[in-house]
Order: sequence, then structure tokens, then C-alpha cells
Amino acid sequence: MDTIPKSSVNVNASGLTRDVYKGSPSTLCAGCGHNSITNHLIKALYEYGIEPHLLAKMSGIGCSSKTPAYFVERAHGYNGLHGRMPSAATGAKLANRELFLLGISGDGDTASIGLGQYCHLIRRNLDCTYIVEDNGCYGLTKGQFSATADLGSVLKRGQVNEFEMIDLCGLAIELGATFVARSFSGDGKQLVPLLQAAFSHRGAAILDVISPCVTFNDHEGSTKSYAYVKDHEVPLHGTDYFAPRAEIVVDYEPGTVREITLEDGAHIMLRKLHDDYDPTDRIQALRTLHDARTQGELVTGLLYVDTGASDLCERERMPRAPLAAFGEDDLRISRDDWSTLMASFG
Amino acid sequence: MLNDLTIRAATVNGSGSQSSNLVLTHALVRLGIPVAPKNIFPSNIEGLPTWFDVRLSPRGYQCRSRDVDVLVALNLVTWESDIASVKPGGVIVHDASYTVHGATARDDVTYYPVPFTELSKEHFPQGSPRKYLINMIYVGVLAQILAIDLAAVEGALRDQFKRKPAAVELNLSAVHLGYEYARDHLPKVDSYRVEPMPGGTDGLMLMDGNRGAALGCVMGGCTVAAWYPITPSTSLCETFIEYCDRFRVDPATKERRAAIIQAEDELAAIGMVIGAGWAGARAMTSTSGPGISLMAETAGFAYYAEIPGVVFDVQRAGPSTGLPTRTMQGDVSFAAQLSHGDTKHIVLLPATVEESYEFAMSAFDLADRFQTPVFVLSDLDLGMNLWLTTPLAYPEHPFDRGKVLSAEDLGRLSTWGRYRDVDGDGIPYRTIPGTPHPNAGYFTRGSGHDEESRYSESPEVYQRNLDRLLRKYETARGAVPQPLVEETGPDVAILAYGTTHHAVVEARDILRQDGLAVDYLRVRALPFTPEIAAFIARHQRVYVVEQNRDGQLFGLLRAELPANLVERLHSIRHYTGEPIDASAVTVPLLHAERTADQAVAAAVS
Repeated sequence: MDTIPKSSVNVNASGLTRDVYKGSPSTLCAGCGHNSITNHLIKALYEYGIEPHLLAKMSGIGCSSKTPAYFVERAHGYNGLHGRMPSAATGAKLANRELFLLGISGDGDTASIGLGQYCHLIRRNLDCTYIVEDNGCYGLTKGQFSATADLGSVLKRGQVNEFEMIDLCGLAIELGATFVARSFSGDGKQLVPLLQAAFSHRGAAILDVISPCVTFNDHEGSTKSYAYVKDHEVPLHGTDYFAPRAEIVVDYEPGTVREITLEDGAHIMLRKLHDDYDPTDRIQALRTLHDARTQGELVTGLLYVDTGASDLCERERMPRAPLAAFGEDDLRISRDDWSTLMASFG
Repeated sequence: MLNDLTIRAATVNGSGSQSSNLVLTHALVRLGIPVAPKNIFPSNIEGLPTWFDVRLSPRGYQCRSRDVDVLVALNLVTWESDIASVKPGGVIVHDASYTVHGATARDDVTYYPVPFTELSKEHFPQGSPRKYLINMIYVGVLAQILAIDLAAVEGALRDQFKRKPAAVELNLSAVHLGYEYARDHLPKVDSYRVEPMPGGTDGLMLMDGNRGAALGCVMGGCTVAAWYPITPSTSLCETFIEYCDRFRVDPATKERRAAIIQAEDELAAIGMVIGAGWAGARAMTSTSGPGISLMAETAGFAYYAEIPGVVFDVQRAGPSTGLPTRTMQGDVSFAAQLSHGDTKHIVLLPATVEESYEFAMSAFDLADRFQTPVFVLSDLDLGMNLWLTTPLAYPEHPFDRGKVLSAEDLGRLSTWGRYRDVDGDGIPYRTIPGTPHPNAGYFTRGSGHDEESRYSESPEVYQRNLDRLLRKYETARGAVPQPLVEETGPDVAILAYGTTHHAVVEARDILRQDGLAVDYLRVRALPFTPEIAAFIARHQRVYVVEQNRDGQLFGLLRAELPANLVERLHSIRHYTGEPIDASAVTVPLLHAERTADQAVAAAVS
């Protein structure tokens, strides 16, 4: 009997080992939430089987924006300007629709200097995964508040935040986002399937991941510390991801799970925990966020999803082939048409 | 005064005079008479004063003239100042209701009063666009007074309304109404006359520079345009959209071979351009001064990370909002070094519609070849006014995509580094994201990086990289459009660029008639090419003429030239927001020459 020799190394659907999805060593602080997110991303990307040459890692400026260097070394990276990642990502996607865009941003990069571009990326429904590594403060400049810091949160040096926070998830839903999730860097069980669901979604997938800053925002009085988040996290549901054509191997009790089919045929199964939560109900999503905020809770999970919408490239009727592949004959007006055109001015 | 005059229509913005002015302009071209139309319009949609000048000149001068020979006065608000603008011996066609006495009663001009409103009311039914038809009446009046052939007017009119055939007869009857009124009521007493010049405009057509640039984008292979509307650049992108709708849609699949995105601001517009350039597309944005102020940040990033992109800056009068509908060459020194740190850009300076088209195509080649943003600086005068131009030539060269490594190339190479200077010209090799090879990827960053595009703060690596970027800039000197030189050997020369060229052409003729021959060099790009310094070295005095207050190109030349050449440069500056005319060149130049002569005489005595 012939036996297929079993590979001594594990590989994913693209035939690549997990090591291919690693990057340079992190230069962030030990214990930084962002490093956990990087590890979850490596796992999610590996399991999802993304081909590195099609992956475009886009980022702005800040601690979060450094992280694209720490995974999938051989992918293309674009560590651009503060708050301008969305526009660069938009241009890159228009140039090559087949690119798999992964944007990594932070709360300063997105909620302050880049708020305009964030809004318009959502409005255009650019097909990408947009991760905000959200720690409520500016790490690289030593701990000033960011615009996602909660009202009343206290800085290490004692200052109290007197301004309302910008809820990036609520804002995204209000702007018509088609995939909005919130998670916690320390909750890989939730974050990995959410990341994979974001990859499977066609359109802008927003993930606001609370990611404590161990150096500047992990103290008593901070609402973005490990301790605070662990105490106040309220997951909306348990989350399982099944790749396209993968067998759903879990036995769910009828009535305990919501199944959502994503655009590439993957499934996300949302297990009911306490209240029934319908992530296709935009109003319920906004109300849930609002109520959680007034009660000081941090709701996590898939807040909202709309699987039917057109993305930017579809609406612009962009070709499948990269625009760089088109040559003179495809792009120039023909000689005959040119003569007619010039004659029309004479 | 045969065929040598400027007709000015003074109207109210939004009153529909544009169609009439275009009919008049095209009629003159049909008669073989070279014209230079200039639209002087307010930053307003309706209600403010606007002027349209058509200069007729047998020698084909394309610059503005300060002299108004024939005024059509249809704006009571500017009636007094419009009268004052007419030169002695001139003609004033005006609404009969305007009073002529005191300051408005001149004895050195001819008045032709026409009851425009009444004529329109009497002849056109209620519900017809009477207000607009008044403008077509003045075309008929002018045709009669100046003896402009009515058949040419009718031909131009039919062409003007070819997409609205229903409007032809009504407008044509307005022309006839004016013509007949003038014939029956306005005996000719002035001496202006227009005669056909057979062959005078053969092989020429009218086009604006923004359209030329948009066609250059199509033929240059631009596939991504991201823009934020801003006067006077708006029509560049809108015309690009028009041609992409016509010529870039796959008839079978309806797919578009161009993405055009109206961005949320100029920060995003340039961001998309550079993102697209990074991913391999030829991308552009069109803007004006306020836009490039916002684009400074990304311009520096693209320079340092070495990403191609094309920025069209159709300059308007600054600073700040300035005069949004007036012209200026005010962004030259800013664009040349746009962004903080040591940043230097390739800047192209078109002067004509042909160059607007050709330099647009070149800009995409240069951006790809040098992996850097390229700025194309035209201005409102070139971009938005119509110019007589030869038909634009079909491009004979393929796209120059520069040093791009394919998967096959990568297969042959054991290693490569994104920022290595392999060829000694400062230009590295790049890969396009999506290239199917394990070694294709690299990490693009605006922070310090080494030859392998790894993060680095090493002083040696940093300086080496800046030096290579400078080497690349030096290489560009040989690749950008070279200056055009007209040289016969006198000591005195003019150096100019962009639309200033057209005033220099006429100015040199005037100076020659005055017995002063001057050589001429027209700069067409930055970085400066070696020929510029050599030309200056061959002359004693070189007048740098430009349309800004601070002598911006003059300053860039002074910064780069050796001291013995710097002292030969003199600066002539025009900055009213109106296009420069020949007298703005000749008057200061002759004054300076007289001063120089006196200095020489004093030294000799």
C-alpha cells in the first residue's frame, strides 16, 4: 500500500510554514499589547494562508505603525506618514486589486491626526483589514492622552482626561462601515477568529483592539490597563472561524449560535453568551456601544457586519489585473481616434 | 489697425457671455486671424464683473496686450473704469441706457450705443433666454462694425452649439439682430477693421493647457488620478475623466482602465497617488498653490522613500487663498524643495499647450525613471485660457517604466537591495507589490533606511543615502527637458519660463525695432541643466523675467550659480495677477539698460 510521506514540517494551505509569517524582532517594550497582537496576527495570517507576495502591510506613524516590520518579513511593507495610511492603502488597492491590504494603525494615528482619512476609507468601503492598536495614549512621545482615552481616565503623572473619547467603532458604524469589531490584545481566542473573519470580508473591516501600553498607561486609574480591561471586558459572544470549504466540526446546540457567511465562503459562528446579539442590526450595535460606555463596560466581539456591500474597486469597475500590467496599446487612444479627436478642435 | 486690436467684453459673471465670446474667437480663427483670448474672471458663480479679451494680431502674439481697442460695455458697475481702459481712438459699444457724460464722456473714442435689452425683449419671446441672447447680439454688432464675415460667425456658432442644435437658430437670429441694428443705426466712424487672412491659422487649433495636460495623462499611461477640486486645476482632472470615460472603458466588460477618486482633501489626494505609484500604477493629482501646501508632507516622503507620482500645479495668485482666479508663477521655489529636510524635486515648466501635453507624458516617464514625485507647474493663464496650437502629436515612444525588477529578474539575482546604487547613477531598482517571487518584498519607510531598506539611524548610512539621492538628482539634469535657446550674439539676454515666454516673444520684437537685439533662453525644467550656466556666461546682462514678486527662479539661479555669473543676473518681476504683457518686459529692461549704459559711460569718463 502506498503511503503519502508525511511532511515533517507543518504547512498551511499555501504550502508555507509558520516561520514565513514571522518578521524582525519587535523593538517595542516588553509586555506591550501590540506584541501580543503581532503574535495573534502571525497565527491568523498563517492559518488563513495568505500568500506573502500579495500582502501589503500598510501603516502610519507611532508604536502601532512599527509593527508591520514584526510579521511576514517577505511581504511588502509601507510605513508611511502619521495619519495618512488610509489614503496610501486606497491608492495601492486601486493600483492592484489583488493585493491583500492589512492596515495597522494606532489611536493617535487614527482618532486624531488621521481621523479624516479613517472616515473616508470607511465611507469608500476600501477592501482591507484595518487594525487600530488602541492604548489610549501616545507611547513614542511618553504617554500623553489620545482621543480614545476615556473621560476621567488618569495619566501616570496624575492628569485627568477631561474630554469625551472618540469611539472608533461607533463612528465606523455611523459612517456605514461593513465590518466592525472590538477586541483585546490579551484575548487571542477572540481576536484570531475575528482577524480571519476580517480577512474574509470584502470591504473595510475595522478592528479596534484595546492594547495596553505597559510603560505609560497600565496603572491604577487608567481605563486601558490590563487590569481594567480584564475586569470590564464583556464579550458579546464566543467566536469561531471556519475557512471556506472547511468542515464545521463543532456541535452547536440549536439556538445558541448565529452563523454568518462571509464573502469568500468562510463562516463565522457567534456563540450566544448571555443576551442575544445580532451583529447585522446597526441600531442594536450603536445602542450596545452606548450602553456599555455609560456603564463603564468594554464590549468586545463582532459588533456589526454587512456582507452585501460593494467595495471601492467594484464600484469603480476596476479590472482584476494590476494597472501596472496595462501597456501603451491598452491605455493610449488609438491613432485613428486620435486623428478624429484632433480634427474636432480644428 | 487692420487685424491688430484687442476686443474686450465687460459683462457680469453668470450672464452667459462665454458662448458669445467663444463664437467670436472661433469666427476670427476661421478667417485666418491669429487670436489670443484671455478670460479675466472673478472667484464667483454669478454677479461679479468679468472681462473677456480677444487679442487679434497678424504676427500671432499669444500674450495679453494692455491696450483695449474695442470695448463692449455690458456691466454698469464697471462702466466708468471700463471706459477709462479704452485707448485713445478706440471704440465703445455699450448698452444705450448707460449715460455718457462727465467722466464717461471721452472725446477721443467712438461710442456706439445699442439698446440691447429692448432689442432682446422685442424680438425674443418670453421664456426664451433673453438675458443670454443679449450677448449674441453684441457678436452681430461687432461683426458689422469691424466687418467680420458673417458666414464665419455662423460657422463658429453652429460649431459652438453642435450638441444643442435647437439653440442654433435662436442664437443666429440674435447675431443677425445685432448686425442689422448696427448697419441701420450706427454709421461707421472709427478706423478698426478685420480682414480675412487666408492661411493665417492653417494647421492651428484652439485648446487650453489643462486639456493638453489631461490628454498627456491619457497618452502617458496614467491609470490613477486622485484630486480635490481647486481653481484653476479643476478642468484638468475633469477633462481626464471625460477622456477616460470615452477611451478607457473596456466595451465588453465595462471595466475602467483608470481609477479617478475625488479625495477628501489634498493630503489624501497625494497620499493615494503615492500609494498607487508604490503599487505600480502611473498616478497623478492636479491642484494649485493651496493644494501643494498641504501636499508638502507626502512630497517629502515620496522623495525619501523614492516613489513615483505626478503633481500638476496650475498656479494661481497667492499667498494663501490669494486671487483664486488670477495667474501667477508663484510656486516655483516652493515646489522645487517641497517638504522639510533636504528635499529637491524635478519640476517641469511648460509654456505652451503642446508642452502641457508633452511634459505631462514626460512627467510619468521621469517619475518612473527617477522613482520620485515630479511636479508640472503651469498656471491659470496656460491652463484655463485658449491658445492657438498645432495639433498634438501622437506619441512615438513607449512608456519608460524605469528600473523595475520582475519575478524573472529576481530569479536570476541571488540578492537585491531596494536602495543600492548598482549603476552609479543614484537610481536604485524597485519591485512592484504583488510580484510573485519570495524575494520581491521590501519595507518602504519614511524613516532612516539602509540600502536593504532596513531601519537605520547610522550616521554613515544616513549620509550615504542623502548623497545617493543627490547623485540621482544630478543624473536628472541630463534627462529633463533641456532649455530652448535663441542666440545671435548680443551681450544682453532674457531668461524666462512658462507663460512669460509669450510676452518675451513680443518684447524681443519691440526691442529689436528699438535697436536692441536680445538673446533668449527659456528654462523648461528643474534641476537646471549645464547649458543654462553656459548661456549666462556668454552674456554680460541676463534679465530673468517671471510672474511673481520675489524673483523665485532668479533666487534659485543665484543659489546655484558661481558668483561671477550671479552678478550678471537681473530680475524683472510682474505680479498683478493678470497675465504678463510685453511692456512689463520692455519698460523695466530698457530702463535697466539705460542705467547700465550710464554706468559704463561714467566709468569710461
